[in-house]
Amino acid sequence: MIPLNWYLYLALALFAVGLFGFVTRRNVIIVLLSIEIMLNAANVALAALGTRMQDVTGHIVVFFVIAVAAAEAAIGLSLVVLLYKRFREVHLDEVKMLKG
Amino acid sequence: MEKVLFGYLAFAILASALLVVLSRHAVKAVLWGLVMFLHQAVLFLTLQAEFLAAIQILVYAGAVLVLFLFVIYLINLREELKWPKFLATYPLAFLVIFFFLVLAGAGISGFTPAPAKGILSTQALLSRGHARLLGEHLFREHILAFEAAGVLLLVAVLGAVVLVRRIREEER
Repeated sequence: MIPLNWYLYLALALFAVGLFGFVTRRNVIIVLLSIEIMLNAANVALAALGTRMQDVTGHIVVFFVIAVAAAEAAIGLSLVVLLYKRFREVHLDEVKMLKG
Repeated sequence: MEKVLFGYLAFAILASALLVVLSRHAVKAVLWGLVMFLHQAVLFLTLQAEFLAAIQILVYAGAVLVLFLFVIYLINLREELKWPKFLATYPLAFLVIFFFLVLAGAGISGFTPAPAKGILSTQALLSRGHARLLGEHLFREHILAFEAAGVLLLVAVLGAVVLVRRIREEER
């Protein structure tokens, strides 16, 4: 039996890695991937808590988080395509105009 | 044995997540993301959540990462440059995240979970299976949230189509 805290520390470290990527990278696609990493860290914590508390709700929330992550990826990537069509650029610091 | 497996999985997940975040080439980042998601599916298996492992592989490895790869091939990306203005924020970001880790780690170290509810016990998992237990509770107690998630996905797909289509008509 692996202690619950190990899973929570793993989720915390994974979330920190995703946050670091979100803050430091310029490429929009990698920023979106960092958001996926953070959502996955939350999934690890929820699944571990659900299994240890023997409650099915934690696993159901993981299910919904995965659905929301898929929707977010679809919208985010269509925005990336729009950004590339308008500016020929997907790096965040090159896009300065609020109104194209 | 179990702990060795967990150690390997934790190391692989963290290393591939770091490679996703640090690699300059977007295609390589997405492929390291694939490695991370597959290891995470195995981590769900160590938590006796086989349905979540299957969903993880189907949705993340099968749908989301393929979408990322399509978009990367659609727009032609060049290698990311080292831009001094952005590299200057690295130590600051590192510092912020280090203190976040310290604070949250201190919070977790004193954490004890609530007593077990017994719905997802080993006997129930063995006799009825994880997918069936999940489905029974999903369609009884969380049916409204389930339908809202369905509407959310529909709106997201429609939104993606509308967003990309409007520009094309303007260009004509």
